[in-house]
Amino acid sequence: MKIRSLPTWLTATLFFLVVGVGFQIISSHGWLSGYWQQVIMLGTLMAISALGLNLKYGYAGLFALGHAAFYGIGAYSSALITKDWIVGWSGNPAGGLAGVLAIEVGFILAVVAISYFKIGHLRNLMRDKLSRWLTPFEASVLATVAMLLAGGLTIVVVGGGSGWLVRQGVLALVPPVLGALPIAMSQQVIFLLALLSGAVLAGLVGFLVGLPLLSLTYDYLCIATLGFGIITYVFFNNADKLIPTMKGARGMVNIPNLTTWPWVFACAAVALVVMRNFIYSSTGRAILSVRDDPIAAETMGINAFKFKTLAYALGCAYAGLAGALYAHLYSFLHPSNFTWLKSVDPFVMVVFGGVGSMTGTVLGAYTFELLLEGLRVLPAEFIDWRYVIYPLIVLAVMLFRPQGLMGNKEWGFLKLPKIAKKEHGQGEASAGMSKAEAQASEN
Amino acid sequence: MAQSDIHGPDPGTDSTVLKIGGLTKFFGGLRAVHNFDVEIKRGELVGLIGPNGAGKTTIFNMVTGIYPVSAGSIAYNGQEITDRPAHEITQLGIGRTFQKIRIFPNLTVLDNVRVAYHPHARYNLFDGVLRSRRFGQGEREMTERAQEFLAVFGMEHLQDTLASNLPYGAQRRLEIARALATEPDLLLLDEPAAGMNPREVVELMELIHFIRDRFDLTIFLIEHQMRVVMGICEWITVIDFGEIIARGTSKEIQNDPKVIEAYLGSQATRMVA
Repeated sequence: MKIRSLPTWLTATLFFLVVGVGFQIISSHGWLSGYWQQVIMLGTLMAISALGLNLKYGYAGLFALGHAAFYGIGAYSSALITKDWIVGWSGNPAGGLAGVLAIEVGFILAVVAISYFKIGHLRNLMRDKLSRWLTPFEASVLATVAMLLAGGLTIVVVGGGSGWLVRQGVLALVPPVLGALPIAMSQQVIFLLALLSGAVLAGLVGFLVGLPLLSLTYDYLCIATLGFGIITYVFFNNADKLIPTMKGARGMVNIPNLTTWPWVFACAAVALVVMRNFIYSSTGRAILSVRDDPIAAETMGINAFKFKTLAYALGCAYAGLAGALYAHLYSFLHPSNFTWLKSVDPFVMVVFGGVGSMTGTVLGAYTFELLLEGLRVLPAEFIDWRYVIYPLIVLAVMLFRPQGLMGNKEWGFLKLPKIAKKEHGQGEASAGMSKAEAQASEN
Repeated sequence: MAQSDIHGPDPGTDSTVLKIGGLTKFFGGLRAVHNFDVEIKRGELVGLIGPNGAGKTTIFNMVTGIYPVSAGSIAYNGQEITDRPAHEITQLGIGRTFQKIRIFPNLTVLDNVRVAYHPHARYNLFDGVLRSRRFGQGEREMTERAQEFLAVFGMEHLQDTLASNLPYGAQRRLEIARALATEPDLLLLDEPAAGMNPREVVELMELIHFIRDRFDLTIFLIEHQMRVVMGICEWITVIDFGEIIARGTSKEIQNDPKVIEAYLGSQATRMVA
């Protein structure tokens, strides 16, 4: 009871300290085998990925199946960065970082430039001007073509130009600057940069995919994102033709083993706190309102499409961060880990734990991983029965507790902050109070 | 902080708030609305009536930008708003409610109202995530204003209730409160009396008068029960099969043979005549 009266930030800090340091102590004393430490770390990073899916599906109501694709994008892009720094594949140790950052900066600036020039609006202006001399159809076609060319040129000049500059800058500056640090520390810095760029790249791709797809709903969105998942899988399978070190279907090897408990745990803690603060802000409420009723949200002045895209891109960034941690946990990446079937795993976690509940999502992620690995205690001839037993458990949960373990409830510091009621004499007025009474209380 | 503080003219001056001309809507081959026009002046309370399926809600959906317009124009305070996105139209100052209640069922009563303040939020995404001081201030301000609104409607004690758990009448009032929280100049009410018993209808009519005076609103109201509009609207437009069949005060409308025919069928016209 006493815990409840502590301020939220203190509860959260204490919780994270106890869990984080506690697990570190347990594992450093060798009370937990290396194998189980890895399983716990896998559960933690899957919790990040599942939190991202919970944002898309639970909070924004987007039934999207391509989560593993973004997980894979984060994994491969971050692996390219760290592998180049520590093992080397491109010739310059900062080559991977330079490439990924160039894509990201170029992409962002191109999008900013296109929205700055308001190309759609320019097209309409040009069409109206041209229609003085031409038929409306000709004017419209001509204006559209002209603006497509202008848009393409903007992308090439702004995106390509800034990307090239960033690449040259990183190649020239990063090796000497980071080289001055002790090797171990420079590796950690590169790892941090790799985690961030993996998450950002996944988020940007999510944004790009979301632009055409998010006007779809329900099953249509599901099929369309599934399609994107398959495209990404095929890309990973053949990626060696583009970047030889990704090794395509043979699997990328020699990725430095940088994922440790402090890294995973810190990422998960930050991800959880950011998600909580995000969803309990005005932006979060806007996203929830779009989920509940997009048309009513529009009549509240909320741009439903914008918030769907935001939730989708942020959810994808979470998947990318989880993927980046995953890549450096096992030091081996294979496309089969990023098929659309793997998109179902986070779904099971979210639905099992409770759609729209952060507590439930995290619990679901750990339950899923621990169950799958825990069932390895079965005798060798029954080991494949894991994939029968765990679906049966999921079935049972769906039958007897369809809202998932937590429903949409939260625990501790993840709860919706309580808002003090207004001090007002009429606090006990009945629900059926008429307007006349309302007016009376007003005066 | 109501919108009316910003916009000049008092109710009673003859500035036009909403002007619709030649509005037409096709759904495939079906002509749902044909050549509809109306001009509403500041402070008026205008009714739009017609039998089921006459195209009333379609007109509202076009005004609020939910349906694209097939032909015609809509101007709000002299500004062309035809085919603008719905959220921009709301931000310009047109609020609405729906015939079938569209509250946010999984949000609390307070959050239902606070959503309406999002376009005016004084803090951004990063303030929210980092819980900056601006977040604290902006959030407090939003909450206080939302609570004031709920108090006007006698719902402040329900602030933490999930909207889906409210009784029907309270959901209607919440929907109106939420629409008013967007700070509209013009409020479109789509069959606010649907599903209400006679006593609730009387209360609702009082409520509509009350909010119009308190928030200096211009109100455009759809109803298909004639009784409701007759009591409160200054003048009424009647449509049937998407076309205007009559226009005038409630007295004039009541005796219009075309209106009686639309509502009761041609047999009734002969009996009246």
